[in-house]
Amino acid sequence: MSDKKMKKLTPVQQEYQTFAKAREPRRPVLFNCLKAFLVGGGICLLGQGVQDFFIWNFDFTEKTAGDPTVAVMVMLSVILTVAGVYDHIAQWAGAGTAVPVTGFANSVAASAMEHRTEGFVLGVGGQMFKLAGSVIVYGVFAAFIIGLIKTGIAMLGGS
Amino acid sequence: MEAYFWAFVVGGLICVVGQLLLDVGRFTPAHTMSILVVTGAILDGLGLYEPLIDFAGAGATVPITSFGNALVHGALTEAESTGLIGILTGIFEVTSAGISAAIIFGFMAALFFKPKG
Repeated sequence: MSDKKMKKLTPVQQEYQTFAKAREPRRPVLFNCLKAFLVGGGICLLGQGVQDFFIWNFDFTEKTAGDPTVAVMVMLSVILTVAGVYDHIAQWAGAGTAVPVTGFANSVAASAMEHRTEGFVLGVGGQMFKLAGSVIVYGVFAAFIIGLIKTGIAMLGGS
Repeated sequence: MEAYFWAFVVGGLICVVGQLLLDVGRFTPAHTMSILVVTGAILDGLGLYEPLIDFAGAGATVPITSFGNALVHGALTEAESTGLIGILTGIFEVTSAGISAAIIFGFMAALFFKPKG
């Protein structure tokens, strides 16, 4: 809790916040980071394997192999999500499973399945990007700004 | 073999950054992912992400940061050939595979399966 929020509370509430904070279980940050490193690295290792598979067996170059690799990783992630395995790994690995593109696919598939009871249009269609939506929105807006700046610089430099 | 080593190390380190944002920065997962995507976009804007991909391969393309990188990359490549409108038409050019695959497979998952656990 930030200092600003803290000031708005009554003294009793402040007392409670410090009391609760002292009893909150400490996060094993170092161990969590190790788990995230191993699992995240493992997923990237698998991705490298899939990418090399496409380069060796089909006519893909290192640049073009990215697309089929991502598609395969997304598919694997959705299969594991359906089987209920991905969430188990995710509980152990934290950011290790969330940061790779497989985590993005997992959040899409999991919200789609979770909201099926609300119907296919309002539930599955509407809620699919509940978690992944913010990633797309901020990614696209950042890309738009950066694109404008870089194109602007190129145009000024070119003329 | 060396490519696999660096893919593992760099990919793992990006995940460690995410874990630190979660544990030390106390951000929610959605905030963490958004920060990483924007970071990837900025790194590509500075011309730093492509060298990382050359160096680490899938270690740089599989984490979500590459999503931001790909958004910027598509926008810039398209803007070079068609001018300013290319920023709009090009943004999803490279990332289409990931987003389309996630939508299609995610929808099929919801169509045929019920959540477990």
